[in-house]
Amino acid sequence: MWRDVALVAGRDLRIELRSRVATNQVAPFALLVLILFAFALDPDTGVLESATPGLYWIVVLFSGTLAVSRSGSVDEADGVRDALRLSGLAPAAVFLGKAAAVVAQLLVLELVLVGAVGVLYDAPLAGFPLMTATCLAATVAIAATGVLYSGLVAGLRVRDTLLPLLLLPVLAPVLIGATRAFEDAFGADGIRGWEWCGLVVLFAVVYVVAGCLAYGALLEG
Amino acid sequence: MSDVSDPTETEAEAEAEVPAHTGSRATQVLGLAALAALALWVLYGLVWSPPDREMGDLVRLLYVHVPVAILFYAGAGLTTFASLMWLRRRSPGWDALAVAAAELGVVFGALTLLTGSIWGKPTWNTFWTWDARLTSTALLEVLLIGYLAVRRVDPSPSGGSTRASILGLLLFPNVIIVHFSVDWWRSLHQKATVTRLDPTIEGDMLVALMVGMAAGGLVFAWLLIHRFRVAWLEQQVERHDLDAAVAARRAEGQLSTNEPEAQPA
Amino acid sequence: MSAVVHVVAMSDGGYVAAGWVGAVGLVGAYVLVTLRRGRRLSRRVPEGDRRWS
Repeated sequence: MWRDVALVAGRDLRIELRSRVATNQVAPFALLVLILFAFALDPDTGVLESATPGLYWIVVLFSGTLAVSRSGSVDEADGVRDALRLSGLAPAAVFLGKAAAVVAQLLVLELVLVGAVGVLYDAPLAGFPLMTATCLAATVAIAATGVLYSGLVAGLRVRDTLLPLLLLPVLAPVLIGATRAFEDAFGADGIRGWEWCGLVVLFAVVYVVAGCLAYGALLEG
Repeated sequence: MSDVSDPTETEAEAEAEVPAHTGSRATQVLGLAALAALALWVLYGLVWSPPDREMGDLVRLLYVHVPVAILFYAGAGLTTFASLMWLRRRSPGWDALAVAAAELGVVFGALTLLTGSIWGKPTWNTFWTWDARLTSTALLEVLLIGYLAVRRVDPSPSGGSTRASILGLLLFPNVIIVHFSVDWWRSLHQKATVTRLDPTIEGDMLVALMVGMAAGGLVFAWLLIHRFRVAWLEQQVERHDLDAAVAARRAEGQLSTNEPEAQPA
Repeated sequence: MSAVVHVVAMSDGGYVAAGWVGAVGLVGAYVLVTLRRGRRLSRRVPEGDRRWS
């Protein structure tokens, strides 16, 4: 089973390496939004600095939505879904493999974005253990949820507009939790960052399990 | 719940045929009960119950807001349950129930937000406040709207039901996680004063609330039956259109067929 | 909606009225829409298939 996961993940990552969508489109988009926030929020009054955790996670959410949308669309070429179904791979393995590929892409992106906010927003990067844990948990949560919902809208013509509508409200708790955790890491008082990180971990677990269970039904449909 | 025409019924039976609307004896009885309860609710809510010590007459909004919020969650919960049953049994009745419950949920969710907002304006001097309950409700309302969107958008008859039922099932963890996290988040900023929404209710005020719940529940049930029948009819129309298309194809291929006359669209 | 409704000398009457009227109105509208859909669809479906049973 885990070999199958690696197989699927490897395939998705190889497609990405060849097409370079993440590096050529998603990353520039993310950086662009970060820059636009600076235009909108006046860097001089300290608003940008204090809003950094939230803005960071919003950008990650949007980028994640693009990444999982892309993950779904690579399977939409003729016959690919049927091939996946008939291949004998367990649907859960397909799900985990695709999610793992998205996690890998998003983690690289987040590394870049952390650097970007450190530079552009003069963010007080600190609390690296909490930051790292939160990034891992949130990325898994976003990837698992995203791949599941991407599978849910596969094949529909309005897929691209429907996916954010479905995905973003579901991910709101991840946004809330990850932002609070980052705020604590950056030095805010009175926030129990590790507990919020725990919430995000719980969310990730729920959706990894849900995806493993439900992806099969979606591949059939 | 069904009025299927039955040749053994006596001639005295006025309704030997299935009517061309979604009403029935059951809905008539239910509807009358609902109207009676509604009348009582208006009386208790607006006239017979006293104003609250702290909130004054604004408490009367709660007699709408609380029942409507509960029915919103009931609708969402029913959607999830019906989705689960559909995945297990694959019978179209469960599918129809799921979409009916979801639509009712959206309506009552909108009402919850509306009444909460109207209550908020004189209380907090703003139409919206990121109060835990309102925020959770808003998010869940969006989730339910997303569910309906997925149903509308799928051209294939059964595929849409599968997708939607997964979405419906996912409402369950979503509701819980959203509720919990929003609540926790807002408790960081708002202390005890938040729960102005829960005054100590007793006496006639409690009666008003209970009557409101009863009235709301009856209206919900009545609407659910009608909306379920509408969903059922939509399935039948689709099935007939499909049969007609198949029949037309067969006729083109000049194969013999026993299909009934295609219904005019 | 700022009209004050004089029912047993209420305060904040306008808001209460707005809430109740809004609720009844929204539900009432939905009732009408649903019933109409029911009628229109019923006519398109042969009698035997109209009800779940």
